Amino acid sequence: MKKTDICTIEHSKIIVNNEVIFENQTETFSEFAKEAYKNLALNYPKFHKMDNLSKLAFLASEVILKDEDHSRTALVFANKSSSLDTDFKYQESINSQENYFPSPAVFVYTLPNICVGEISIKHQMQTENAFFILDEFDEKFLNDYSEQILQSGKADKVLCGWVELYQESYKAFVYLLTL
Amino acid sequence: MRKEVYITDYNCVTPLGFDVSSNWNALLQGESGVVKHKVIENQEPFYASLIDSEKLENEFQKHFENKDFTRLEKMFLLSLKPLVERYNLTKETAFILSTTKGNISLLKNQTTLPEGVFLSNLAQKLADFFGFKTKPIVVSNACISGVMAIAVAKNMIQAGKYKDAFVVAGDEITEFVISGFNSFQAIGTEPCKPYDKNRNGINIGEATAAVYITSELTQNEKFSFKILGDSAINDANHISGPSRTGDGLFASIRNAMTEAKVSAEKIDFISAHGTATIYNDEMEAVAFNRMELQQVPLNSMKGFYGHCLGASGLLESIISMESASHGTLISSKNFEEMGISQPLNIIKENQLAEIKYILKTASGFGGCNAAIVLEKC
Repeated sequence: MKKTDICTIEHSKIIVNNEVIFENQTETFSEFAKEAYKNLALNYPKFHKMDNLSKLAFLASEVILKDEDHSRTALVFANKSSSLDTDFKYQESINSQENYFPSPAVFVYTLPNICVGEISIKHQMQTENAFFILDEFDEKFLNDYSEQILQSGKADKVLCGWVELYQESYKAFVYLLTL
Repeated sequence: MRKEVYITDYNCVTPLGFDVSSNWNALLQGESGVVKHKVIENQEPFYASLIDSEKLENEFQKHFENKDFTRLEKMFLLSLKPLVERYNLTKETAFILSTTKGNISLLKNQTTLPEGVFLSNLAQKLADFFGFKTKPIVVSNACISGVMAIAVAKNMIQAGKYKDAFVVAGDEITEFVISGFNSFQAIGTEPCKPYDKNRNGINIGEATAAVYITSELTQNEKFSFKILGDSAINDANHISGPSRTGDGLFASIRNAMTEAKVSAEKIDFISAHGTATIYNDEMEAVAFNRMELQQVPLNSMKGFYGHCLGASGLLESIISMESASHGTLISSKNFEEMGISQPLNIIKENQLAEIKYILKTASGFGGCNAAIVLEKC
C-alpha cells in the first residue's frame, strides 16, 4: 500500500506532508479551528455548526481531499475518546431537573461517526465508512482494515486516520492510502 | 480464492429472554418486549423494551460470582458466557464489541470522565474477564454498529488477520439516549408500528447479542451461515436525516449482493431496519424498490424489541438466522396498513418458508447504512 498526503493537527499547528501550513497562538481548540478555517479559505458555513471532533476531522480531511474526485475514496477513522467531548456537554444539559435542556443539535454529535458523515457530505462521498474506538492509535490495524477494503474493490483509495479530541487535548493524524 | 467465513453459534439477552430459544418462542407467540415503563424520574412513562433489572440480576448471580460490573456489562457477560465456554480462545481469535453508547449512564453528574465510559475500557474489561488474547476492536457507527461488526469480523478473517471471532453488540436504555431522541421528537407515544400508516415514532429498546464467527468448520456445528457479502455506504446527504433517495442503503445492498454473487430474485427474506419514523421507513422502501427487492418478504423487529441502537443489527441478524433454521418467517409486529409510498412485501402473519439467502440491513445517524448477505448452509 502507498501512503500519500499526510496531515497532522496538534499543538495549534496543521502540518501537511512535513510542512506547517497553518499555526497560531490561540488558547482553545475552538478558536484555533475558527482561525484555521478562515486561513484555509474553506468557505463552508456548515463548519461552524459542527462539534469540535467533527471540526478536527474535517480540517485534517479538507487539506488532503481538496477539490479532487473522491467518489471512490472510503473513510476509515478511529479514536480513543469516541464522542465523549460532546457527550459530556450533552450530559450537562440533562443533569438537573431544574436545568433540563437537551438539544437535538448537540445530541446528534454524541456519535463518533458523525464526523465521517460530515466529510462524506462535503465531498459527496457515497463510499464505505467505518469508525473504530481503540485505546491508542494503531496504524497497523487501520491499514489492515483499509487494505482489505481496497483489495475487495469496494474503493480505490482510503482516507484513513486517528482523530482524537477531548476538551483541549486533541490530535489528528490523517492520511490517504492506495494499493 | 477468498476464505469462506461462517456464523456458527449465537446468543442474546433481551426482555423476551436470556437465550435464543426463549426469544424465538416468545416471537412465535407474538410477545413483545415493548411495554409502558416509567424509566426517568419526574418524567411521564413511555413505551420501551426494557429488561427487568431484578430478573437480570438474578440471572447474573446464577452464572457469575458477584463482581463489580455495570448493568450493561452484566448484559454483555450473560450473552457472551455460553458462547465463550464452547470454544478455545487463541492468539488468532478476535474480540469485536459494537455499541453506540456503552456505559454512558456513568457520566451522570460527573465532573471528570469515569474510566468506564471509554468504550475501549469496556471492551478490555470484558476481554480480560474471558481471557481473550488479542486486543479488542470496538465498532461504533451509530445504529449500524451491530451489522457492521459482523462485516468487520468477516473482512479481518478473510484478510488473514484472525481465524475466528466473537462479536458482541449491546446498548441499554439510558436517560441520555431517551432525552436525546425525545429532543428530536422521534419517540412514539404508543408501541411502534414500522411501515404502518398510523405509525408515530420509535420505541427505544435494550439488548445484548453475541455471535461466533469462524473460517474453520468442525462438522460439529448445529448450524452454519456463510457471510457472503457486506457493505456500509454513507448517504453523504444529512447527519440526522435519512436520504430521500435511499442512495446509501441502495449502494450498500448493491455492493453486498454483488460481493455475495446473489441476485434480487434469490433473496428469500429481508430483515430490515424499520424504525417506524416516516423518514426511515420511506427511505428503506425507496432503496429496496431501486434494488427490485419489493417482492421479498420483509420484517422489522422493532415492534418486538424496540430500537436497541448498536445492538439491534446483531440481534436482528440472529433472529433472521433462527427464522431460516426454523423455516418460519416472523410477522412484522404492529404492521396493519401500508404507510409507505412504494410497495414492500411486509410479513403480516407468521408463515412457513424455505429461507436460504437473507439480506440484513441497517441505517443510522451520520448518514450511515450497512447491508450483509447470509446464506444458510
